[in-house]
Amino acid sequence: MGLEEKIPDSIILTSLDKMVNWARKRSMWPLGFGLACCAIEMISAFAPHFDLARFGMEVMRPSPRQADLMIVAGRVSVKMAPVVKRLYDQMPNPKWVISMGACASCGGIFNNYAIVQGVDKIIPVDIYVPGCPPRPEQLMEGILKLYKKVEQESLKGNRGKPAA
Amino acid sequence: MEDKLREFFKTVFPDAVIREDFFRNQLSFYIRKEYLFDICKSLQKHPDFAFNFLSDICSLDWLDNPEAADGRFEVIYNLFSLKNRYRFFLKVRLSNEKPEIDSLTYLWHTADWLEREVYDLMGIIFIGHPDLQKIVTPDELEGFPLRKDFPLTYEVPQFSYNKDEPPELIL
Amino acid sequence: MTEAAGKRTMTLNMGPQHPATHGVLRVELELDGETVVKATPHIGYLHTGIEKNAESKLYYKVIPMTDRMDYLAPMSNNLGYCLAVEKLLELEMPEKVIYARVLLTELTRIASHLVWVGTHALDIGAMSMLLYAFREREMILDIYEACSGQRMMSTYFRIGGLAYDLPDDFDRKVRNILKVLPDRIKDYERLLTDNKIFRKRTIGVAYISAEDAVNCGLTGPTLRGSGVNYDVRKTNPYCGYDKFQFVVPLGENGDVYDRYLIRMEEMRQSLRIVQQALDGMPAGPFRVHAPGIVLPPKEDVLSKMESLIFHFKIITEGFKPPKGAVYQAIESPKGELGYYISSDGTNMPHRMRVRPPSFVNLSALPKMIEGRLVADVIAAIGSIDIVLGEVDR
Repeated sequence: MGLEEKIPDSIILTSLDKMVNWARKRSMWPLGFGLACCAIEMISAFAPHFDLARFGMEVMRPSPRQADLMIVAGRVSVKMAPVVKRLYDQMPNPKWVISMGACASCGGIFNNYAIVQGVDKIIPVDIYVPGCPPRPEQLMEGILKLYKKVEQESLKGNRGKPAA
Repeated sequence: MEDKLREFFKTVFPDAVIREDFFRNQLSFYIRKEYLFDICKSLQKHPDFAFNFLSDICSLDWLDNPEAADGRFEVIYNLFSLKNRYRFFLKVRLSNEKPEIDSLTYLWHTADWLEREVYDLMGIIFIGHPDLQKIVTPDELEGFPLRKDFPLTYEVPQFSYNKDEPPELIL
Repeated sequence: MTEAAGKRTMTLNMGPQHPATHGVLRVELELDGETVVKATPHIGYLHTGIEKNAESKLYYKVIPMTDRMDYLAPMSNNLGYCLAVEKLLELEMPEKVIYARVLLTELTRIASHLVWVGTHALDIGAMSMLLYAFREREMILDIYEACSGQRMMSTYFRIGGLAYDLPDDFDRKVRNILKVLPDRIKDYERLLTDNKIFRKRTIGVAYISAEDAVNCGLTGPTLRGSGVNYDVRKTNPYCGYDKFQFVVPLGENGDVYDRYLIRMEEMRQSLRIVQQALDGMPAGPFRVHAPGIVLPPKEDVLSKMESLIFHFKIITEGFKPPKGAVYQAIESPKGELGYYISSDGTNMPHRMRVRPPSFVNLSALPKMIEGRLVADVIAAIGSIDIVLGEVDR
């Protein structure tokens, strides 16, 4: 067809932003951070029935220094909150956060002295996935929405603003 | 089995039992707190009864209830005998001014963590416990959460019309 | 490094975020080389205040909160709470409810043991076990979804019976599981039981004697691994368990390998109970008739006036049970799960206390691993089978 005939083989023209975003989103490594019941649904999402490795999340790194995506799965108690903040600070840039489940997004059914009402009181969150616990398909939908968000980013350092 | 227990209490510890309760097929004795350690020791070593299993230690707060006349706090010991497959309860009432009771860690190792949890959540002090400190609540939390005068700290959910104000805490 | 009686020990922190602690558990280890001198578990990182929250909710509103304590076996938590409240109210369940509850609780036991064997083998090093175990678990979660609409936290058992009637394809789906699972369990045993690496890492590790186990208050497969025959289903039967025939497996040496063998055998015995319950399932109502306490059937609500009023009153105000306190113990996959409910005559429980099996089992961990190597700590924590949601509540 028209354009491909005029370009010699093995040369593609694109912008650096698109290239970098494509590489970043298709090889995100999540941090293994399951707290409570949502963690079991997260493990089910990695299990063979709903395979998450086809989205590039082949391994779940236990160390925060080697991970880019933090999926906060489960209720964050007041004693655990400083630990979550510390792990988030230890992750190198660029990093994203998905808050999985009702307890991580807003406190869930536990509205009392012991649970932090939403993990976004401590760390900035990119995508909220509702459910108690959310099905693995819902988590995959959240991850796909995160991909769309990553596509809009720009290397000029304004994370969160669309490119151009 | 119930009659054997009543006989045992009448003969060996005649003035320890305040009253007895038999509700839904479960026997429980209200005893005075000075006799607790001796009763548990003799029940554990008794060849016939052999109550060698301490299932649970539970605590109640009877604030604002007519039952509080006997004492505000109640501690319930759940004893089980593997040989006879029988379970019964020992209940002790403690007053608000002096919520102290003997610790049973010398007899059963289970009591170690269970008593720490009762101290953490209700504030009852166990004399003789090797290491009585907080176990489940965070270190910054002051007060004892399961008491009736500790507030639930319910946070009112935020909607679009009150989104920019700080969330209201109902105490 | 600290100087302690001439020896220099190093403090190592197995922190709250660790791939092999099954949740947020922190173990502080003092090591002399690779030998553990002292171990102190620190818990409380998942404390949710469920017991405090239950004192300000109506009786039936507490059921979803009990689901989320031991989140690997949610239906057995529901069963314990419903049995305790029904004991307080002195309600007798119809036959169909008893059979359905036993069937679903045993399927829950199988699901919990499958997750256990998957994660335990993953900690020891056999990664493919996790994938096989979760594949089987999907079949059981399919049944949960057909019954109640939710994959994990189904809240299917209610006070007075079940939430909805059993679905039409229930029989076919459960028979499919009964056909497929025994061969799969044989496959798992072929992978692990005679495996040299698995045997070397688990035989003789985390030993606890029978008297120590009883003194520490252990229950469940951890206790039966040391040879003590205590299973609540056999000693104090509840919910019709005395009608079913099954065997309780016992171990001899109290180490990790015996606990593994016990849990594999328990899965087979649960399948036996499921077969008996399915073959003998009677027809009948799925809720007991108790006006004022249990919701009336929907056809009556839409046609009769008294049923409508009862429905409204139960949903808005709940019911008022008699004063008193009951204790009901059940055999959950982790051990003896007990509910102590104290009522003062109002429509909210005065005190709901949960006797957590994982909490008491975990307190025996220092006894099991002091004097052993660091690598055995992982195997020991895995074999006790703790769920942090239940430990901290």
